[in-house]
Amino acid sequence: MAAKKTTKKPNVSADELKAYYKDMLLIRRFEEKAGQLYGMGLIGGFCHLYIGQEAVVVGLEAAAEEGDKRITSYRDHGHMLACGMDPNGVMAELTGREGGYSKGKGGSMHMFSKEKHFYGGHGIVAAQVPLGAGLAFSDKYKGNDRVTFTYFGDGAANQGQVYEAYNMAEIWDLPCIFVIENNQYAMGTSTKRSTHSTSYWERGAAYGIEGEEVDGMDVLAVKEAGEKAVAHCRAGKGPYILEIKTYRYRGHSMSDPAKYRTREEVQKMRDERDPIEAVRNMLLTGKHATEDDLKAIDKDIKKIVNESAEFAKESPEPHLDELWTDIYATEVPQEA
Amino acid sequence: MATEILMPALSPTMEEGTLAKWLVKEGDTVSSGDIMAEIETDKATMEFEAVDEGTIGKILIEEGTEGVKVNTAIAILLEDGESADDIDTAKSEPASAPVPADKEQSSETAPAAGMSHPEPQVDTAPDWPEGTTLKQQTVREALRDGMAEEMRLDEDVFIMGEEVAEYQGAYKITQGMLDEFGAKRVIDTPITEHGFAGIGVGAAFGGLRPIVEFMTFNFAMQAIDQIINSAAKTLYMSGGQMGAPMVFRGPNGAAARVGAQHSQDYAAWYMQIPGLKVAMPYSASDYKGLIKTAIRDPNPVIFLENEILYGRSFDVPELDDYTVPFGKARIWREGDDVTIVSFGIGMSYALEAADKLAEDGISAEVIDLRTLRPMDTPAIIKSVQKTNRLVTVEEGWPQGSVGSYISSVVMQEAFDYLDAPVICCTGKDVPMPYAANLEKHALVTTDEVIEAVRKVTYK
Repeated sequence: MAAKKTTKKPNVSADELKAYYKDMLLIRRFEEKAGQLYGMGLIGGFCHLYIGQEAVVVGLEAAAEEGDKRITSYRDHGHMLACGMDPNGVMAELTGREGGYSKGKGGSMHMFSKEKHFYGGHGIVAAQVPLGAGLAFSDKYKGNDRVTFTYFGDGAANQGQVYEAYNMAEIWDLPCIFVIENNQYAMGTSTKRSTHSTSYWERGAAYGIEGEEVDGMDVLAVKEAGEKAVAHCRAGKGPYILEIKTYRYRGHSMSDPAKYRTREEVQKMRDERDPIEAVRNMLLTGKHATEDDLKAIDKDIKKIVNESAEFAKESPEPHLDELWTDIYATEVPQEA
Repeated sequence: MATEILMPALSPTMEEGTLAKWLVKEGDTVSSGDIMAEIETDKATMEFEAVDEGTIGKILIEEGTEGVKVNTAIAILLEDGESADDIDTAKSEPASAPVPADKEQSSETAPAAGMSHPEPQVDTAPDWPEGTTLKQQTVREALRDGMAEEMRLDEDVFIMGEEVAEYQGAYKITQGMLDEFGAKRVIDTPITEHGFAGIGVGAAFGGLRPIVEFMTFNFAMQAIDQIINSAAKTLYMSGGQMGAPMVFRGPNGAAARVGAQHSQDYAAWYMQIPGLKVAMPYSASDYKGLIKTAIRDPNPVIFLENEILYGRSFDVPELDDYTVPFGKARIWREGDDVTIVSFGIGMSYALEAADKLAEDGISAEVIDLRTLRPMDTPAIIKSVQKTNRLVTVEEGWPQGSVGSYISSVVMQEAFDYLDAPVICCTGKDVPMPYAANLEKHALVTTDEVIEAVRKVTYK
């Protein structure tokens, strides 16, 4: 783990710090709850948790503005919560209920929000990368200054279509931030076993795309890098690559026994580099918050998460007629 | 309040498992993320983590127990300040079974085939009013005119693909379009089908109306994941929030002597996909009318063209805004003895066969489906009710062909009207050979259509 870029004096207000703490904690608690509901059989199929990677989306959302777009893979719960989607709607989609973002028809891997400019939720590794470049293409075509955050993992980074997208994004100067969430394991295969040169962002050089590596366990470092990337794209300078080094504490999906790494490796990361603990310490040592303040936040979050679980259990299964809806559109969907 | 720790489901298919090992004992405190037990599922041995903080009050299932059903209480967790005495009050979060949707609901709104059908409803209105001035135009010109008209009407329509701009189109379909619409809307791509198909779909998600040209649909196999998984399924997966209003187009099927990898007919492949619409026109007027409808359609449309047809001329109506609706077949020739159904270049064989059969006094009704999804099956049924015999014609392979689908629909909906088995004339079940004589035999031929008609009419 390259953690050289630890932030010195945080150039950030107490309120911002608190907001990041809250946003990251919401993702962590939400995902723990999702894991629990999965264990109870209320969530089925595949369920990929984001625990450990929270600082990536929270840091980048802090750099985004209204109207910016985001798209990601199937490990998508954190992205949705971070961009402001309703935890109730997300959890109810996980349980396959009518109140879910996709009316129960998408599931964990396939959720969308036109309102929050969240374009999924894609289950085919790396397919979202050209799609993200295409979203950026639409903004460039329309002549606005929006940017698209296109998230993918270190596993996806070996797919050919990533480089097809890089090439076109650069020759057409698309305002696309390619965010490589390098959590070091593509399912059970470590980057060292799958990849000759594991510094993925450097591959951008072959396409003329600038980029950098970022410490993904440090939300402030992520935010700072995000702001730089956003400025680059908004200025019309084309795409930018952020390789964010992060770590997932849980298995690839719920059914992953995680035998490809040691328990100690995971525990060490949790103990020494946890992104939420880091902000918590910053808040306490900087005297921006008291233990009681943080306890109150914890309580609020727990309430939100419990409510989402209740909503997801109470919401009815979709009406059987839903089987036959949304296959064809009758009118062109309007932009949010 | 004390809570029960339940046997977790640790894989999508797990119903029970073995509690292999406890890593905590009664009286231990645990916090979120601590490993409490090892559980063997049907797939692997998994570590089971604590979700809440507390003290293990009691272990209810001994380690080594096999066949522990999911959601069985396996231990009791006490919160701060509780003792083992509180165990009786333990409550589990009930793993309530999903609220069953109303059993009275039916899915009969489904467009199910196989239901007994009343009189088929067929739209037989002519494509253009009587007296309309017609001009002779090639398929190539009509297709280009249709696209250009739509691009003039809607700024969000653009075309991208290999050699569409400066080269003027590998098959000259986009001739002159760069000059008229500029490089912003007529975009040359690198040779990277998977990538540019995905960018096209993303642009459609973002509110544009892309036309993605494949130099041939054979190359679109590199992009088929984006076409099906991204373009066709997103509307459904998003609960109707967003989709891909766009057109994928290009020549499909055999040209002449281009070998196995450049000669495949994908009609049956794409026709299978819910979420896609599929057009495969034959005549120039249909190329023009259907491409305009395709561009305006709010769904992803697969528009299958044919290189051999590009240079053929047909009557095209001189109308300001000529469109052809999807799902409406065209009856090219009325007849009483047999129905021949085809689409795309298959129509050449069907019409030629009908001409020759007429010389022998056999009257064939020839139907051009024009679109395969939606498919105008009522028009086929209605015709079969009259002729009692059916032959289908296509260049694609026999197994899982368009004809085999039509045949099944007709069997289910018009079985009593059939006086002979349906015959599907298709390309041969071989990769396309290069040698001229072999290639001719690999494709469907007019003689085979004639032969099939004689068989079903017993003449």
